[in-house]
This record gives sequence, C-alpha cells and structure tokens, in this order.
Amino acid sequence: MSETQTLPKTGALLSVENVETYYGNIRALSGVSVHADAGEIVTLIGANGAGKSTLMMTIFGMPRARKGRVVFAGQDITQLPTHEIARLRIAQSPEGRRIFPRMTVQENLQMGASLDNLEFYDEDVRKVFDLFPRLKERINQRGGTLSGGEQQMLAIGRALMARPRLLLLDEPSLGLAPLIIKHIFEAIKELNKSTGLTVFLVEQNAFGALKLADRGYVMVNGIVTMSGSSKDLLANPEVRAAYLEGGRH
Amino acid sequence: MEYFIQQSINGLTLGSIYGLIAIGYTMVYGIIGMINFAHGDVFMLGAFMAMIVFLALTTFIGGVPVVLALLLMMLVAMLLTGLWSWTIERLAYRPLRGSFRLAPLITAIGMSIALSNFVQVTQGPRNKPIPPLVNGGVTIYGTGITIAYKQMVIVIVTAILLAAFWYLVNRTTLGRAQRSCEQDRKMAALLGIDVDKTISMTFVMGAMLAAVAGTLYLMFYGVISFTDGFTPGVKAFTAAVLGGIGSLPGAVVGGLLIGLIEALWSAYFSIDYKDVAAFSILAIVLIFLPSGILGRPEVEKV
Ligand SMILES: Nc1ncnc2c1ncn2[C@@H]1O[C@H](COP(=O)(O)OP(=O)(O)OP(=O)(O)O)[C@@H](O)[C@H]1O
Ligand SMILES: [Mg+2]
Repeated sequence: MSETQTLPKTGALLSVENVETYYGNIRALSGVSVHADAGEIVTLIGANGAGKSTLMMTIFGMPRARKGRVVFAGQDITQLPTHEIARLRIAQSPEGRRIFPRMTVQENLQMGASLDNLEFYDEDVRKVFDLFPRLKERINQRGGTLSGGEQQMLAIGRALMARPRLLLLDEPSLGLAPLIIKHIFEAIKELNKSTGLTVFLVEQNAFGALKLADRGYVMVNGIVTMSGSSKDLLANPEVRAAYLEGGRH
Repeated sequence: MEYFIQQSINGLTLGSIYGLIAIGYTMVYGIIGMINFAHGDVFMLGAFMAMIVFLALTTFIGGVPVVLALLLMMLVAMLLTGLWSWTIERLAYRPLRGSFRLAPLITAIGMSIALSNFVQVTQGPRNKPIPPLVNGGVTIYGTGITIAYKQMVIVIVTAILLAAFWYLVNRTTLGRAQRSCEQDRKMAALLGIDVDKTISMTFVMGAMLAAVAGTLYLMFYGVISFTDGFTPGVKAFTAAVLGGIGSLPGAVVGGLLIGLIEALWSAYFSIDYKDVAAFSILAIVLIFLPSGILGRPEVEKV
C-alpha cells in the first residue's frame, strides 16, 4: 500500500524509487524517492553530508543503488553501465567540477560532445560561449590552471555540450561571485523555458535554488524529509529556520 | 670523436626500439596505474610473430621484396600481438580491476612467465635465427662513420610510427577518450566514454608498438629467443621511469637515453656491464628523480 505512493507519476522523466546506497557498510541513502517531470526544474537542498551528491552519483550507478530503482524515460537504468546511462542524455556537472586538468578548455568541451562525435560542436560551443564569454578567452588554457569559478563554468558548459534531456547540477554556485550565480541561474531558467530542458539541481544556496525551481526536496542524513512546491517550501517555517534565515541573498 | 659519433648512432638505434616498447608501459601505467610486467614478453611475442610471417613468406611464396616482407611482418605482428594483448587484458587484468593494488601486478608477473613458457614450448628453447634481411650501409664521406641501412630502417619506421601515434593520441576521438580516462575515469564515464573499452584499446595500442619494436629487433639482430622479452623489457621499463612514467614524450626520450647510455658504456667502459649500467640508472632515478625527466609530480591542482 505504501508502495503505491512511491510509484512515479506518469510522465516523470526521472524517477528514483526507494533507493538505498552504501559506501562499504555505511548507508548514505535510505529509501530515497524523488522524481523530475519533463520540463521541470527540481531542486534538492540539505546540509553538508546529507547525501545530495551521493544521490546524483547513484543516478549514474557510481555507487550503485543496493535497493530500489532508478527509472529514466520509462527505462530501468539501475544496473546499466555508467557510460550507457550518460548516452541516454543525462549530463552532470558533478561535485568538485572534475575538469580534465591536462586538457584545454576546448578539449574539455569536446569531451562533453563525445556522444555525437562533435557533430554539433560548433553550434553548441557558440551557445556555451554566449553563456560564459570568459571561457572563450581561455579556450587554449589547460583546465587545471583555471580559477575555481572558471572551472565551474566549464563544468556546466561541458555538461550542456552533451545536449542533455536531463541536466544534473551539483552545487553550480559553489565558488562563484553572486553576479555570476545570478547569471547562471538565469541561464538555466532560460534553457528550461526555451528548450524544455529538465534540470535537477543540488544547492547549498537554498534561497536561490528554491526561487529558480518549480519543486524542491529537503534531505537530512540520507532521508528525504520534506518535499513540495518551491513556494510552499520557501514559506515553510522549518525550512526557513534550517536553510534560509541568515543565508538569504 | 668519430668513435663517439658512431657509438651514439648505434645507441640511438637501439634507443628507438626501447622507446617503442616503453610507450606501452607508460600508457598502461597512465590509464590504470599498473606496471604491465608482461609487456616485455608481448614484445618478444611480436618478434616471434614477425619471424613466423617471414618463414611463411619464404616457404610458401619464395622471394619477396624486402620492403614488402618487412611491411607484412610488421602488420601481421601488430594485428596478432594486439589481439593477444587484448585477450590478456580481458581475461587476466580486467576481472581484477578494483581489487587490491598488488593483485594485477602479481598477475602480470604470472602472465609474463606464462607467455615466455608458452613460446618456449611451442617454438623451442633455442635461438631462432633468420637470414639477414637488410644488408649494407653508407659511410659518411671523409670519416669512418658508417650507418647501416637496417639502422636507418629502425629510425625511419620509429619516426613515422611516433608521428602517427602522436596524431592518434592528440587529435582523434579515441586519443581524447584515452587521455580523459587517464585523467579522471569516473568523469569520462559520466560523459559516455566506455572506460573498459578505452583501457582495452590502450593495451592493444601498446602491444602494436611493441610488435613493431619486436620486428625491428628481429631484423637488426637476426635472431630471437623466448628469453628475449626480459632484458629489453626491463630496459624499456627503465626508459619509461627515466622519462617520467605516464608521459609519452618521456618514454621516447627515456628510450633514446637508455640506448645511448648503453652504447657509450659498452664503448668506453665494459660491455659486460652494460646491463648493470642501465639498471643502475633505474635505481638512481627512482631515488633522486622519482617523477622522471618529463614526468609530473604526484600532486597537482585538480
Ligand atoms: N566515497 C565515499 N566513501 C565513504 N563515504 C562517503 C563517500 N562519499 C560520501 N561519503 C559519505 O556519505 C555521506 C553523504 O555524502 P554526500 O557527498 O552525498 O553529501 P552532500 O549532501 O553532497 O554534502 P555537501 O553539501 O557537503 O556536498 C557523508 O557522510 C559522506 O561522508
Ligand atoms: Mg555534495
């Protein structure tokens, strides 16, 4: 009976169902169920060590969910090899950015376009440069020598080069100046509006994320404790007390 | 001076062969952090493949132009040795990925012993000679320095191969995928790169270069035995460490240096101690310059 509650809504592009993930014997996620409908922006907020990044990586099977399922566009991807999951056009700008340090900015972006063998590279790279003109100036610089903020832009740009259906962003605002964060959030909104890109966003910057997203989840110690529309979460006193007060703006 | 130049030419020739083998060590180390101890035996296997092709050509077809014979020997040796190496990686190394660090190392040593014993059993324990393929040479005008044609073949083939290989690694999709796996395997997978396949291809590429090195070695010395994987293998490994393991240009530079040192040592000191010289360098490099000449230090900003 309780199982029926966690079944995905029809039309969910991504649904994570009752997932449990472990590092060795330590459980990092317990019975986590979240979903993102096509065209939605969904955010996941939570304190350090809550398990947000673990959830993002579990979607890609690194580490694999020990229990539960991950379903994308109707296909069970729980046991699919990581690179095949990526080939379904799920892209991630991961925690820590993971720029290839000994590749140039250009090569990092080319890596993002691996799936199409650079077929749309010129077209897509122009869009990325429109979004982050700074990357264009640094095109031949090695990834490892970029500043933290530039690396963050590159990580997002690289994810966009994959022409994703679902974009997972793990703390895209980390290390960026407020003006650039605003710029990135606007860009995400714009992409979502114009192309219907579905975005799953993990953020410490809860206020900004909830402002941007349609819906949100709150995670505490590997458990989803609250969910709802961004408006409701923004108004919720518990959420305000834990994630918003003091951190506002 | 003439003597010095002559010995340097000999050293660079030998060094070309070491460099080709060293690339295989360095690439595999770069991508999975493992020293493939069986790589020297893969080189030896390549030389045997080339010898079998040569025997088949002379037995069944009779006289074949030397250039064509060499090309065929290289191509077939590359293909078969590549296939061997692919199989070894698949059966012996891949299942151990993710287990404790020493496991693949021990397996590689086992694989090295298995390969050389396999060749000993199937090809016999004695040296296998072939008639000289390339004869003669040129004397540089007004000096006593001679360059044998077979030395030229070695240097030219190595140069062409290195250029092609450089292009493959730096300018193609496969090369980019390979470098991405070397830098961050998890991220590569997140971008849709099939990491296992890329690792397999790395083994195959290294084996193909070693097969060419084996063919050139056979052509140069005219003889091969099942034990010939060991010494050139360890010297090429030394070359890879000297150049900075993980660095492709380092492997080539290291190979040439080891070749030079060996030739000059034999010329001015004692030929009996030439292997000792090469291995002493390994020890010295490991102590004083652990990341090699062109290697990068372990820590870097990521
Ligand atoms: N590779 C790992 N091995 C062992 N434990 C890990 C590993 N990665 C994460 N953990 C643990 O799992 C828990 C969840 O970590 P996770 O990185 O998912 O948190 P997070 O919500 O992303 O935190 P943050 O906001 O700080 O990025 C933490 O307790 C962390 O210590
Ligand atoms: Mg995190």
